[in-house]
Amino acid sequence: MSVETIPSAPLKVRPMSHRRREIRRAFRSMVQAKWPLLALFVLLLVVFAGIFGPWISPLDPNRQDIMMRLADPLTEGRRNAFFLLGTDGLGRDVLSRLLYGARISLLVGVCAIMVGGTIGVVAGLVAGYFGGWIDDVIMRLGDIQLAFPFILLAIMFLVILGPGVMNIIIVLGVGQWVTYARIVRAQTLSLREKEYVEAARALGDSTFLIIFRTILPNIIAPLTVIASFNVASVILSEASLSFLGLGVPPSVPTWGAMLADSRDQLMANKWWLAFFPGIAIVLTVLSFNILGDWLRDFLDPVSRPWPNSPTKEQEQ
Amino acid sequence: MWTFILRRLLQSAIVIIGVTLITFTALQMSGDPTYLYVSERATAEEIQRTREALGFDRPLPEQYLTFLGNLLQGDFGNSLSYKRPAIEAVMDALPATLELTIFAMMLAIIVAIPLGVVASLNRGSATDGSVMTMAMLGQSIPSFWLGIMMIMFFGLQLRILPISGHVPFIMPLIQGDFVRAFTNLPQTLYYLIMPGFAVAFYSISRNARLVRSSMLEVLGQDFVRTARSKGISERAVVIHHALRNAWLPVVTMIGLEFGFLIGGVVVVEIVFSWPGLGRLVFNAINQRDIPVVQAAVVVLAMVFIALNLIVDLIYARIDPRVKL
Repeated sequence: MSVETIPSAPLKVRPMSHRRREIRRAFRSMVQAKWPLLALFVLLLVVFAGIFGPWISPLDPNRQDIMMRLADPLTEGRRNAFFLLGTDGLGRDVLSRLLYGARISLLVGVCAIMVGGTIGVVAGLVAGYFGGWIDDVIMRLGDIQLAFPFILLAIMFLVILGPGVMNIIIVLGVGQWVTYARIVRAQTLSLREKEYVEAARALGDSTFLIIFRTILPNIIAPLTVIASFNVASVILSEASLSFLGLGVPPSVPTWGAMLADSRDQLMANKWWLAFFPGIAIVLTVLSFNILGDWLRDFLDPVSRPWPNSPTKEQEQ
Repeated sequence: MWTFILRRLLQSAIVIIGVTLITFTALQMSGDPTYLYVSERATAEEIQRTREALGFDRPLPEQYLTFLGNLLQGDFGNSLSYKRPAIEAVMDALPATLELTIFAMMLAIIVAIPLGVVASLNRGSATDGSVMTMAMLGQSIPSFWLGIMMIMFFGLQLRILPISGHVPFIMPLIQGDFVRAFTNLPQTLYYLIMPGFAVAFYSISRNARLVRSSMLEVLGQDFVRTARSKGISERAVVIHHALRNAWLPVVTMIGLEFGFLIGGVVVVEIVFSWPGLGRLVFNAINQRDIPVVQAAVVVLAMVFIALNLIVDLIYARIDPRVKL
């Protein structure tokens, strides 16, 4: 019997921190699934437009040029103006308005989620940790809200409060809290009895500290998945509300309001007025949805619907 | 059965009270609600008179009870722009909205179930891929934009579908004119195709994904394998064994889905100039006609709750494990 000894190669594996390893794993999984990478790229473009819109847009989005009304895409205007995506009924440059519009969509989407997420997480933590009547009251309130199409309430509040970015963020944010509260509550209920929470309690940590330092960090991951789907649906809602004229003041270009304006030119077959803002909404929302899907599968490896994911053969 | 219905009705009542409380709060949040009801050039005396007439000078709890009492009688006050009770304007517009909503709901179910089933049976194939891609896209397209694009393509370019217009079906039905209702029906459906599809596309996508994942779960279970091993045809296994169980979670979700659908109806109506509640609300928004907006919101909420109740009853009917 011979013992084969393999000459041991010098270990070249550098020790990597847990976080860096996770990020690397995430990136690899993203490349493998392809679509999420593309979605990330699209979102980075939208974020870029949102932040740098005023510097990169070719013209002032509110500059009217009555001579250049409804110019086709790729039209050359006066004074070196070039309308890549055409102009609208008031002679404003569609591309510039599109770039400015990214800002409102992202701002409303992200801020509303922060508002709703904060309310929901706190409500869910409190309901789950304390239980009893507090739990009952919070969760029944949530039931009532879910039993009702929220967009209707949003319409009513905005009609009364008047349009404005701040109002729309608050209204749409409040509309989202229940989803977070439900998930956080369920997670808190199960974590409450875990040994390390009990240890913290035995060490004499205050309730506040236990809830926010011991429990909260352990339930962040599933929340990111919901948040990314939620940003998508909030952006859609914002577009609907802007379309109804309930969004922001008319001087601020938004994608939804551009679509509302395009209705006046619908019969004239000025397709670019409706097509480009719509595509902008679809691409942004689609990217958030794709990322959300990917993130869910990444965090929960049991279900993997991506066609070329490695575990598919193993499942069958 | 009856206790279930009673309990659900009670729950609905609580929800409706919640809705009215929110409606009331919204009004109070505007500062002094009197200003919503008077013109901009009203004198101080006129404002004071309106305030007293509408009871806005009373204590808040009393105001709320009065508001609730009026509401139970369907009294939302007079529309500020039509000079007639707001509830009448809403009730006139309701049938058209119901037609669109119910048609879209049926589309959302009838189209989504076969799509989801076919995708689940061909998991990983090109069919599956295209259904899932479509579903992903459908969840990202604003319904009103889809409507605009469909008008441009099918209405203005190909000229095969009407871009606006509405042939009433429910209205003659209510008036007892059954002959007219049913002679109208083909035309009604013809005019419903585009707005209905624009509203339903989002729900079709969500439901198709749901049916697919629900089917995949059921298809892997023991009783399906048993059924197959008994030699039952694949078709029967899918329809009688798998689908029967797979669509229970779907029915629950479909109930919640209606909320999105109603939101879609409101905006799509505007695109197609559909003479329903959405268009009424839109015009009321522009004229700041608060009573009409309130009446429309509360009535739509009730429609939503009623439809959800119906879904629950159907659920109990198809799942023998649920005892009412």
